[in-house]
Amino acid sequence: MDPVRKRTKDSFKSCDSTHLAPFPDEVLEKVLSLVKSHKDRSSVSLVCKDWYNADRWSRGKIFIGNCYSVSPEIVARRFPNIRSVTLKGKPRFSDFNLVPQNWGADIHSWLVVFARVYPFLEELRLKRMVVSDESLEFLANSFPGFKVLSLLSCDGFSTDGLKAIATHCKNLTELDIQENGIDDLGGGWLSCFPETFVSLEVLNFASLNSDVTFDALERLVNRCKTLRVLKVNKHISLDQLQKLLLRAPQLMEVGTGSFQQELVPRQFSELETAFKSCKNLHTISGLWEASSVYLPVIYPACVNLTYLNLSYATLQSDELSKLLPNCSNLRRLWVLDTVEDKGLEAVGSSCPLLEELRVFPADPFDQDMVHGVTESGFVAVSNGCRKLHYVLYFCRQMTNAAVATIVKNCPDFTHFRLCIMNPGQPDYLTSEPMDEAFGAVVKTCTKLQRLAVSGLLTDRTFEYIGKYAKNLETLSVAFAGSSDWGMQSVMEGCPRLRKLEIRDCPFGNAALLSGLDKYESMRSLWMSACNVTMNGCRLLAKNMPRLNVEVIKDDESDDNEADKVYVYRTVVGPRRDAPPFVLTL
Amino acid sequence: MENTLGLLENSGGGIGREVPSGGSTTGSMSTVDNLVFSSEVSSCYPDENNDSDELELGLGLSLGGGAAANKSLKPPSWARILTAKDLPCLVSKSSSSSSPTVPKASHKRIAADSVSPPNGASSSQVVGWPPVRAYRMNSLNQAKLSITEDFSSIVDKSENAVVNKDNNSCNKQGNDTIDKGLSKVSLFVKVNMDGTAIGRKVDLSAHNCYETLARTLEDMFCRSTRNANTRSNMQGHNLMVEAGGSSKLLVGSSEYVLTYEDKEGDWMLVGDVPWRMFVSSVKRLRIMRTSEANGLAPKIQERHGRQRARAI
Repeated sequence: MDPVRKRTKDSFKSCDSTHLAPFPDEVLEKVLSLVKSHKDRSSVSLVCKDWYNADRWSRGKIFIGNCYSVSPEIVARRFPNIRSVTLKGKPRFSDFNLVPQNWGADIHSWLVVFARVYPFLEELRLKRMVVSDESLEFLANSFPGFKVLSLLSCDGFSTDGLKAIATHCKNLTELDIQENGIDDLGGGWLSCFPETFVSLEVLNFASLNSDVTFDALERLVNRCKTLRVLKVNKHISLDQLQKLLLRAPQLMEVGTGSFQQELVPRQFSELETAFKSCKNLHTISGLWEASSVYLPVIYPACVNLTYLNLSYATLQSDELSKLLPNCSNLRRLWVLDTVEDKGLEAVGSSCPLLEELRVFPADPFDQDMVHGVTESGFVAVSNGCRKLHYVLYFCRQMTNAAVATIVKNCPDFTHFRLCIMNPGQPDYLTSEPMDEAFGAVVKTCTKLQRLAVSGLLTDRTFEYIGKYAKNLETLSVAFAGSSDWGMQSVMEGCPRLRKLEIRDCPFGNAALLSGLDKYESMRSLWMSACNVTMNGCRLLAKNMPRLNVEVIKDDESDDNEADKVYVYRTVVGPRRDAPPFVLTL
Repeated sequence: MENTLGLLENSGGGIGREVPSGGSTTGSMSTVDNLVFSSEVSSCYPDENNDSDELELGLGLSLGGGAAANKSLKPPSWARILTAKDLPCLVSKSSSSSSPTVPKASHKRIAADSVSPPNGASSSQVVGWPPVRAYRMNSLNQAKLSITEDFSSIVDKSENAVVNKDNNSCNKQGNDTIDKGLSKVSLFVKVNMDGTAIGRKVDLSAHNCYETLARTLEDMFCRSTRNANTRSNMQGHNLMVEAGGSSKLLVGSSEYVLTYEDKEGDWMLVGDVPWRMFVSSVKRLRIMRTSEANGLAPKIQERHGRQRARAI
C-alpha cells in the first residue's frame, strides 16, 4: 500500500563518474531505513544530496521536539512518506503550573495538514500538546489505517474524544492515555470499541478517573488476543483484575486497579494464580493503596519483573522489604518516600541489577514531616546497585559527602535528578553549599546527559558543570546560583547542551546574552523569575533572528521585567497562534 | 459537642495509640488523620490554612485519632494548590471524587499567584515546587484518604492489649478466613438509620469482620448526612472512633448503636457473636438511637454508662 514515489531525474544525475560505486537508490534507501534513531537519520541526511534524498523518501518516522520549531507544511514538503509522528509542545515547566492556560501547542493545525499529505498515517505520539475532542474526532475519521495514539501530559480533551477514537479507528493497536488534564465525563468510551474490533495491543487508561463498564472491558480483553499491555484505572477491583488476567495470560505489562478490596481466601488464591499464569509479565504498575495484605499476590510474578512502579502505593519500609527479595531481576523501580531509608536499603540488597530508581515524595508540601528519605537511603542503593544510571530522588536533606560516595559507587549515571525539597537548603551536616556534590557528579559521571540540581548552590556549581559536563544535554536549575557568572559558565561550556530550564535564579541579561552563540544549537531555553529584563530580551531577539524570544509577563510586575522567557530556535519565525499574554520580541 | 470533644481528648490518652515504631509513620498518620478530620469538617467552615489546635467534630475513620488528633490540624496538602480559602465547601468533595478539574482550576489560581520566596522559604509557598506533576499530587491525596482504612489494619495487627477481644483486628480475622478457605456470594442486607429517611444496602460478603462493616456504614450514612448538613446534624451523627480502635457503632456511641434483626425476628446488638455466626443469621441492620436501644441487651447500658463516665 505504499504511495507512489516520484523518482526525479536529479537522483540519477548525481550518480556521475566522480562517485565511487554509487548505490542505486533502492539499495541506499534500504540501508538507510535500518538507521532508526532520528538523530542519526538527521546526520545521514547531511552527508550529500543522494543521501538527503534517500533519507527523505525512506523516512517513515519523524520526531519533532518543539512543535513551534517547524511547521507542518515544511514537514510535509520534505518527507512524503511519514507514518509515525512524535510531537512535543509546551515547555516542561508547564507540568508544574508555570505556563498559563491557552499558551498554545494545539495539534489541530498539524492534523489538518497530515490528513491531506499523510492519509496513511499510523502513529501519533504527543506530549504536552493541547488536543481537543474535535481534533480527536477529526483524527479518527481522517486516517483509516490509524494504529497508535499516545497522549502524555496533554490537555484539552474529554472522554468524548476517546469515544470517537474507539468508534472509528478500526485498526487501532495502541491507546495510551497518560497523566493528562482532561475532563472525565464517564467511562462509556470503552464500550465504543465495536465487537468486531480485535487488534488492540496496548491499552492504558490508568489515569482516567471514571468507571468503565467492566463487562465491555472484559469482552474487549478477551477478543484482543495480541494484547500485551493492559493498564486499568483504580476503579477496577481486584477480583475484576483477576478475571482480566485470566483472559489475557499473554500480558507483558499490567497496571492494576485499586488494591484495596477485601478478598476472601478463594479470591486471594485465584488472584495469585492469575498473576502466576502471566508468564510474560515483566512490568507491574498501578497498585493503588496496595498494602502488605494483598501485595503477596504478585510475588509469583515478581521474579520476572524488570519494571515495578510502586509510586502510587504508600508502602512502608517493612512492606517493601518483604516484597523486594522476590524481585531480583528488577531494572526499574519507582517508589514513594514512605518506604524511607530502610526500604531503600532493601532495594540495595535485593536488586543488584537495578538501573533506574525514582523516589517520589508522598507529602511534598508538608514542612513538619521528618520522614521520607535521606542521603543514607540513596547511598545504600548506590552501594548495592552498581549499575544504577538513572535516578530521580526527592528528599529533605543531603550532604556533599553522600553524593560523592554515590557517584563513586555508580559512575555511569546518565540521568541525575536530585530534588532537595526545601529551596536553597545547604549540606545539613556542614552547612556548606551543595556545590561539591554536583561537582562530584559532573566530574565522575562522564556519560551524564541529564542533570537537575537543587539545594544551596553558588556559581561554583555552574563552573563545574560548564567545565566537566561534556555530554550534558538537559539541565534544570531552580533557586540556585549567585550571579550572572553561573549561567555564563554553563553557556560557555557544555558543548552538547540542548535544553536549559531555569527558575528563580539571580541570572540577568548578561547571563542571557552570553548564550547568544549557543541558542541556535539548542532546542530551547526557559528562564522564569530571574533578573532578565525586556530590554535584554529585545537585544537577544534583535541579534538572533532565527530564534523566537517569547516573554510572558505577570500582571504585577513592572514594565521592564521579563518574568517568563522562552527562547527556542525555529525555521518558521514568530508563531501566529500566540495568545495575547505571550509577547514575541 | 462537649461530650464528644471530651471523649476524644481523654481517649487520646486511652487510645494512646502510638504508631508502631517499626513503621515510624507517626508523621504521616497525623497528616492522614487530620486529612480525614479536616475533609469532613472544614468543608463547612471557611477555614484558614492555619493549623488549629481545636479538635473539630469529624467522622473519624482513623484509629490513632487520639494522640495524633491532638496535633495541629493541617489542611490537605493539595489544598496548597487550591487553598481552602478558595473552595471551602468543595474541600471534601474534591478529595473524594478527584475531579480532574481540580488541576485546571489550580492553573488559574497559581498562575496569578507566583511567589518568589526569599532565601530559605518553605517549599509550600512556591508555585510549582517541588516539581511534582498535578496528576501525581491528586492521586496521592486520594491515596492518603484511604490509607486510614489501610493503616487501621496495620495498626490492629500490632495492638493486642487495647483491642476488644470480641473485635479481633480485621487483619487477624482476615487471615483466619483466608486460612480457612471461606467463600461467599454477595449478601446484601438493608440498613436503616434512625432519623434518615433513605435506607441503604450493604454487601456483607465484602467484609470479614465488624470493623470494616462499621466503617463502611459510617461512610454511607455520614456522607449522605453531610450533604444536608447542619451543625447539630454533625453532632448527632458523630461516630467518632473510640478506645479499642473500633467504630463507635460497635461499642456504642453516645447517640447511635448498630443493631441487627436475626432470623428469629429478634433485634440484637451487632458485635456480640463471632462474625460468621452474625453473617449467617442477620436479616437486616439498623443504626438505632441509643435511647431506643435500652432494652436490647444489658451490655449496652453497661457500655453506655462507661462512656458517660469517661466523657466527664
